Amino acid sequence: MTYEMIGITVLWLFLYGYLIVASVDFGAGFYSFYTKQTNKNHITHNIIQRYLSPVWEVTNVFLVFFFIGIVGFFPATAYYYGTALLLPGSVAIILLALRGSYYAFATYGAEESKFYSFLYGATGLLIPASLSTVLTISEGGYISTENDGVQLLYGELFGSLYSWGVVLLAIVSVLFISASFLTFYASRAKDSQAMSLLRKYALTWSFPSIGMGIIVFFLLNKRNPEHFQNMLDIWWVFGLSLVAFALATYFIWQKKHLGIAFILVMIQYFLAFFGYGAAHLPYLLYPYLTIYDGFTNETMAISLIVAFIGGLLMLIPSLYLLMRLFLFDADYVEGKK
Amino acid sequence: MFFEYDPVIYSRILTYVTLGFHVIFATIGVGVPLLIAIAEWMGIKRNDPHYTLLARRWARGFVVTVAVGVVTGTAIGLQLSLLWPNFMQAAGHTIGLPMFMEVFAFFFEAIFLGIYLYTWDRFKSKMKHFLLIIPVALGATASAFFITTVNSFMNAPQGFEIVDGVLKDVSPLAAMFNPATPTKISHVILTCYLTSAFVLGTIAAIHILKGNKHVYHKKALHLTMVTGVIFAMGSFLVGDLSGKYLHEYQPEKLAAAEWHFETETEAPLIIGGILTDDNEVKYALKIPYALSILAGGTPDTEVIGLNDFSEDVLPPLYVHYFFDLMVFIGMFLAGVSLLFIIMSMKKGWNPFNKLVTWLIIIGGPLSMLAIQSGWIYAEVGRQPWIINGVMTVEEGATTSPHVDLMLWLFVLLYAVLGVTCAGVLRKMFKNNPVEHELEKRGLSHKTAQ
Repeated sequence: MTYEMIGITVLWLFLYGYLIVASVDFGAGFYSFYTKQTNKNHITHNIIQRYLSPVWEVTNVFLVFFFIGIVGFFPATAYYYGTALLLPGSVAIILLALRGSYYAFATYGAEESKFYSFLYGATGLLIPASLSTVLTISEGGYISTENDGVQLLYGELFGSLYSWGVVLLAIVSVLFISASFLTFYASRAKDSQAMSLLRKYALTWSFPSIGMGIIVFFLLNKRNPEHFQNMLDIWWVFGLSLVAFALATYFIWQKKHLGIAFILVMIQYFLAFFGYGAAHLPYLLYPYLTIYDGFTNETMAISLIVAFIGGLLMLIPSLYLLMRLFLFDADYVEGKK
Repeated sequence: MFFEYDPVIYSRILTYVTLGFHVIFATIGVGVPLLIAIAEWMGIKRNDPHYTLLARRWARGFVVTVAVGVVTGTAIGLQLSLLWPNFMQAAGHTIGLPMFMEVFAFFFEAIFLGIYLYTWDRFKSKMKHFLLIIPVALGATASAFFITTVNSFMNAPQGFEIVDGVLKDVSPLAAMFNPATPTKISHVILTCYLTSAFVLGTIAAIHILKGNKHVYHKKALHLTMVTGVIFAMGSFLVGDLSGKYLHEYQPEKLAAAEWHFETETEAPLIIGGILTDDNEVKYALKIPYALSILAGGTPDTEVIGLNDFSEDVLPPLYVHYFFDLMVFIGMFLAGVSLLFIIMSMKKGWNPFNKLVTWLIIIGGPLSMLAIQSGWIYAEVGRQPWIINGVMTVEEGATTSPHVDLMLWLFVLLYAVLGVTCAGVLRKMFKNNPVEHELEKRGLSHKTAQ
């Protein structure tokens, strides 16, 4: 494996990690707000708070990791994406900032406020939408590099069916991933009321999420036929993803094996996300930037990989400890600790 | 605004606004975990529940500031690419490593902070819980360490060569451990500890000034002032070494800070004063030989003056005011904490008298001001370079036409965050005063006087 491939795989892995943990977080924020509006908050409140409180900061790190890592491995991305994404990037930062700090203000600080909860719920859906812009423009055709530098073509971005498709896919996926995790968490907590409500949410969003996935798949054909063709070449990856989805939904429907169901959802998105990414290669930004011409020098690549391995040796045991204490400790989950 | 749209100027202002706001929370973020650790340790060693409660209450307030620190840190991390794409492209090739490692340190800290906060009563052994704050403190300090090496690199770039505009022979470790690294890092870390000690000291002092005689606040003040005096002395020592570093590697920065125009030996140190339009220093206090001693250790050290530099590489001369402000406040903090310690060691003297208490109270906000001034001096002092001698700020900036709009949005965001954060902290501690919490834990009569 070349250094370029190691680099992009590492980054893709972190982006995938962010996709999962952030989806759980964003969706939980939305459900927390939604159940407040529909007076069902007493059912889900404890479940959501008990899970989120110790981990919200960790979620954020996955994202930071990705955008610092990509500049480390592929410095040229800073030039292209940095210049083009000033507006959508700043909007995402502002939403993330409001969300993160108001979560802490509400949880550790003083009061339960309707406004805080609205902010938390609304940003939970807007952030995935604004972050998904990055994936959209990577397909090409949304950027001009004529005369003075890189520019984002806003008319093209807001006028294309594909970009709206990606936004919708991001939002429904967030709601589905989150609900399927929280269903599992509620069942561990032996909170049957919360479990059945969250299960309903999971089932509600399961078909829109897979449906949007398929629609975006075909919209891509028009947007970037080369990428689409590459995806067709590895069609079996997406086929397996579909199978994982079907099994997960079946288990949730049957109210059994909810832990395995969530793992299947993770596998579903893992396959779809890595299939999408692998087919996109070698381009980081079609057609301007490939992983080869944007890559850092060899010494930096080696030291980044060494740092990465060292970092993982430190992180994995710590993450394991975190999960053991808050995710798999039955007493904690049930609220006895 | 008062000038034509220029993405470079707006990018500079926006970066300053973000960093200026972030550094308030980052400083607390680096320093306070150490103080929490010390307090919890004292609680265990002396079997004194007051200290344990101190650690607990500090941690509770700390997490609110961490949230703002995290989100503004995320903001600056992304803004670097958005506002300075060309700089980041160059930086990725040379200092991608420490940036990457900073995120690891932050990750480490984030994981253990979550665990620490939610396991206060979960383990039977108190020691076990204490051990959890150590990775938090280590991670916080390591973050400061790594990110400061990035800043040091921008001041004293090394570890690469430019052949026909292309970076060659990059050595990430040489880039990280450049000549600016030792002084910068130790200065940043020590002053973070010092500032955090004073910020927490200010809180305790306010309670004492209000007439609260509870021993809890006295213990808090004592602990913060002892820590404060140690780190103030450390900062002094490093400040002196920083002068020597500047003399050797960035003489124009030192000369700008000191309004030192003529190259000469036995150079005097200029304190205060104003600079007239024809570069004449007025109303200043001159300490003979002091600049030469600061720069080289001996009075006959020759210090290069501003006149020897080409004008287009000189930083603005107003940095002198920020430099002085930083040094003054540093001396003030050292003096106050030393005074407090001496008074508490002498029998019959009352270190909790009104005057000392007042001095400590203003010490907290002043120490924050010193952090801001020090950073402004360090950053403006290396203008016009973004990477000293390699890339100018103009070459690094974005060409986007929308930076002005973003500036206003972010100013609004930080204003809202700052005000809410202060409000939340106030409310948190006001609604749950220490006496109340002591009583709830059944400690009100056992150990209080």
